[in-house]
Amino acid sequence: MQAGMEKRTVEAKLRAKGVGMSFKRDGKVTPVLENIDLDVGEGEFLCLLGPSGCGKSTLLNIVAGFLEPTSGTVTIDGEPVQGPDPRRIFVFQERGVFPWLTVEGNVGFGLFRLTRAEREQRVAHYIKLVGLRGFEKAYPQELSGGMKQRLEVARALAVNPDVLYLDEPFGALDSITRLIMRGELLRIWEAERKTIVFVTHDIEEAVQLADRVVVMSTRPARIQTIVEIDIPHPRDISSPRYLELRDGIFEEIGLAHKI
Amino acid sequence: MNLLVRLRPLGFIAVLLAAWHFAVNRQAVHLLPDPLQVALALGELMQRGLLLKYVVASLFRVTWGFCLAGVIGIPAGLAIGWHRRWEAALNPFLQILRPISPLAWIPISILWFGVGDVAAIFLIFLASLLPLILTAINAVDGIPAVYINAGRNFGLSPARLVYSVLYPAVIPRLILGLRITLGIAWMVVVAAEMIAVNSGLGFLIVDARNAGNRYDLVVAGMVSIGVIGFLLDMGIRSLESVRAFRWGYSED
Repeated sequence: MQAGMEKRTVEAKLRAKGVGMSFKRDGKVTPVLENIDLDVGEGEFLCLLGPSGCGKSTLLNIVAGFLEPTSGTVTIDGEPVQGPDPRRIFVFQERGVFPWLTVEGNVGFGLFRLTRAEREQRVAHYIKLVGLRGFEKAYPQELSGGMKQRLEVARALAVNPDVLYLDEPFGALDSITRLIMRGELLRIWEAERKTIVFVTHDIEEAVQLADRVVVMSTRPARIQTIVEIDIPHPRDISSPRYLELRDGIFEEIGLAHKI
Repeated sequence: MNLLVRLRPLGFIAVLLAAWHFAVNRQAVHLLPDPLQVALALGELMQRGLLLKYVVASLFRVTWGFCLAGVIGIPAGLAIGWHRRWEAALNPFLQILRPISPLAWIPISILWFGVGDVAAIFLIFLASLLPLILTAINAVDGIPAVYINAGRNFGLSPARLVYSVLYPAVIPRLILGLRITLGIAWMVVVAAEMIAVNSGLGFLIVDARNAGNRYDLVVAGMVSIGVIGFLLDMGIRSLESVRAFRWGYSED
């Protein structure tokens, strides 16, 4: 299944080396992550897949600089990560948009260094890209869940980051909206070619989106296996190869695919 | 239909007034003035120009005390809430101050400022200060971490983080706290005027009783206090309907 890995020649954009994390609570030390080694290539779409509560979000928070690992290092372009950075934007679940700002205000939030004209032009571009035209003056509470999520993606893209971190971004959406949002995200990724690290517990989602799926074990999380999804986009989700890869991951996680 | 719903509170007040009228007049000895006497007393106060004068005097004291408390208490509370360590250090002290009624400060405020406007304003200031500090601390504590993290992620300087994330995020809770505190301040002004000054609605109530048991004037003072308190609350509540603040009051 990992055949073809060797031919990957892209330079690693992001490199985690020996990353471990444990939390101390009530005097008890709970290991959450153990010895994570991971390279993410420039422009790659990588999914971190694992059961709920396994520590994949913790890993994403470490990589993004919001948490400091107990051991190991994370480097981006060879530089150690020392905190959050506007070149790498974290997209939270839909609740991350600022409710006191309009759609325009949210998209322009990170653009305070630009001149007014540049900011307006950039805001308009990304509102259009995520399909929110006509809602410029709306407040988030007037938008649906899917629109809020697109708004947050637009806010992230507007500052032109190299990397996007997405933490189960579609988890709170209904299944139809979720499917549409996956298509939208792929369309945007193809247009902008950002490096994307995407956390999910949904196997189908991972196989539909990613170049590679990193399958993580239960706590303490280790990398169980890395699966390359060698199907070009747009992916036919009933093709034999798709089903083969998907079922391989089901088995890897130890799930029967009969209910 | 809609009009009917809107008129319902007025109807209720009318029924109460009628009940009050009949209950008072059934007794030979009047324990309360009846509504008509109170209305006449209000008319008398207006005619003598006292009602407006006293209302303005009370509002003047509340405005000063409340605004001073806001200007000092809100920034202080925001700063304390923002710095977890300050909060841990100061919280026990604030919780000890909290159960002390503002009225317990009356002797000390007279000692410091003598009998007069300043003592009354000081009492209102004290009564408003602590609730506003605590409101501001709680408002900061209640900011969801994702807003702060998003702000940090976009590379905001600490000053900009305060201005563009902390400040807008606390506004809805601050408005709620201001509402409650203004209610407290308005209650305290009456008590403060009973002891310390010679004008205002609180003064009217004690004075009417001392100068010949004019209970119609006492109740007229009470009614004025209630109506003005209601109007003040409506004024602050109107802030809650500002579009950029409304998110803080929705269920979602």
